[in-house]
Amino acid sequence: MTARTRPVRLTDLTAARVALGRSGASLPTTAALAFALDHARARDAVHRPADVDGLEGALRDRRLATLRVESAATDRLTYLARPDLGRQLAEPSRNLLARARPRATVDLAVVIADGLSSRALDYAPALLDALLPDLATDGWSLAPVVIAQQARVALGDEVGLLLDARLTLLLVGERPGLSSPDSLGAYITYAPRPGRTDAERNCVSNIRPAGLPPADAAAKIAWLLRQALKGRMTGVALKDESPTGPSLVDGGDAARLAPRE
Amino acid sequence: MHRWTYPDLKTLMAKASPPRSGDVLAGLAAETAEENILAKIQLADVPLKRFLSEPLVPYEDDEVTQLIIDGHDAFAFAPVSHLTVGGFRDWLLSPAADTAALARLAPGLTPEMVAAVSKLMRNQDLILVASKVQVTTRFRNTIGLPGRMATRLQPNHPTDDPKGVAASMLDGLLLGSGDAVIGVNPASDNLAALGDLVRLLDDTIHRFQIPTQSCVLTHVTSSIALIERGAPIDLVFQSIAGTQAANASFGIDLSILAEGRDAGRSLKRGTVGDNVMYFETGQGSALSAGAHHGVDQQTLEARAYGVARAFDPFLVNTVVGFIGPEYLYDGKQIIRAGLEDHFCGKLLGLPLGCDVCYTNHAQADQDDMDTLLTLLATAGVTFIMGVPGADDIMLNYQSTSFHDALYVRELLGLRRAPEFEAWLCDVGLTDTAGRLAIDAGRHPLLQMLS
Repeated sequence: MTARTRPVRLTDLTAARVALGRSGASLPTTAALAFALDHARARDAVHRPADVDGLEGALRDRRLATLRVESAATDRLTYLARPDLGRQLAEPSRNLLARARPRATVDLAVVIADGLSSRALDYAPALLDALLPDLATDGWSLAPVVIAQQARVALGDEVGLLLDARLTLLLVGERPGLSSPDSLGAYITYAPRPGRTDAERNCVSNIRPAGLPPADAAAKIAWLLRQALKGRMTGVALKDESPTGPSLVDGGDAARLAPRE
Repeated sequence: MHRWTYPDLKTLMAKASPPRSGDVLAGLAAETAEENILAKIQLADVPLKRFLSEPLVPYEDDEVTQLIIDGHDAFAFAPVSHLTVGGFRDWLLSPAADTAALARLAPGLTPEMVAAVSKLMRNQDLILVASKVQVTTRFRNTIGLPGRMATRLQPNHPTDDPKGVAASMLDGLLLGSGDAVIGVNPASDNLAALGDLVRLLDDTIHRFQIPTQSCVLTHVTSSIALIERGAPIDLVFQSIAGTQAANASFGIDLSILAEGRDAGRSLKRGTVGDNVMYFETGQGSALSAGAHHGVDQQTLEARAYGVARAFDPFLVNTVVGFIGPEYLYDGKQIIRAGLEDHFCGKLLGLPLGCDVCYTNHAQADQDDMDTLLTLLATAGVTFIMGVPGADDIMLNYQSTSFHDALYVRELLGLRRAPEFEAWLCDVGLTDTAGRLAIDAGRHPLLQMLS
């Protein structure tokens, strides 16, 4: 016999909750409590308000102008039950953006939206650190960065229209998973205006250190933004052929059509 | 007593529906608790026959309505054709409505009749009547026999990594899961990647001679394309909904479903039967697609079963809590919907299983899932999901675990599909009573990973 190889452990092969053991037929105490802790964290990620002051400070440290807006959903429970309200701006926010409209059309409006995970917004500054200098080499013009609360993806359409932007990039906290309560999604929409459908956007999903790291996501987003501006479109017709590895652009799980936001 | 008047049957149905956030979002729900109950009282007096003459979604606009009306079996309907919705509830609860009578009646019922009577029923009625129905389907094993409950082994992985999928599949098999199907939701829609997954599942089933079937849950047109390329597909999957427009938003119509079924059957891979379709549904999908025609979400869900039954499916799965709190707000609404869906599907003659599940933004937790699982198991649910630790790391929601299935088997003495039960015993994973062997740590199945 030569040296024996270490038996393969299921837990080396997947992040799924495999090889948990049994107490009788049921879940052992340790596994049951670990699950409960992860669920508690995911629930907190949904319900804890985003640290807007901290985010705004981080953006200003980067010499980025910011604007704060709110959706028509006045609180978290309304937000969860009324997705239609989360897609509309509150009237004061609409007026604010109308006053902030740039003198000339800009290439890009960035919107950072709390969505369903406030924790995910922690990765937005790092993503912009990688993205904006890249776009600046091509001379892209930028609207002030909009921070939106109680916001869903389609809110970016009205923001983009009011700020007269050719494209919106909306960064949003995604539906938190038990093992990924901090996942950020990026939605790119050409010629934003209310009424755009999800089929008219491109999405880069699962942005977080343990998923698609923010710097890698920025490279993918930059590629999509350039293609969108050049081809004057986003959506199903714009296929992700960016050179940064396998496609993580949304569309793969058409089998279960439910919004990620 | 104030009596509301409603312009049509669909409005009365919506007002009589038990409260849920999706109907509020659609602007269809009763305004007050009293209106909700008064609408039920009105609905109880509606003759069942009226559902045949007053379609809730117009016949000329919708192929699902055409399927329901044109496919109605008046002879099977005869025993209850004189009844009102309320009278139908009373009959269903009576000893006259036994297993044989309900099986004969199924082709005579429309989804709307079944949805209507469910709105007059309490949870215990939904459980009791569903428990009297028996629906048996066959492919490589037999699903739906009395005293049995099957599980879909769901070994999803965020990047479809073959070793990751294999690890979850193995974990499930070692815990006695997988008789309904070994079914993966792929992250990719790339045909080559899907083909790899199909072969991974098929190789495992054949290498270890497991009497079960596989499914990669991708769009029906992708399954047809894979079959044309020679992929070893067992079950053909599709998400379906209750209106033509909602199905169009899924990229399907009835003729594509027929094409998928025929393609699946052409391979003749079933050894004990040829039920080849696996459908998934869920309340709220039509509203989500802007295709609800002013009909409440529970009635539209029952219409999705009207679509399913035209294709003799092996399995139908209501993914009850997946869509989110804007359709089913909390544990109470999810539990109610799960029992309604199971009842409606069974009464229409379908092998109905339930993905007992929720998302992290719903007001629900694992205790609610325990409640729904236990209730559905007493109601005779055909199958449930088996997800490692109840945590689906690809779809980001919580379902039922392999352990949850073991719990309910132990509690209620529910057995697995007979062919699969015999296999587990033969390979030493269980004893003759179906109880798991103590140590699976050195089982030959572990070769799968080498």
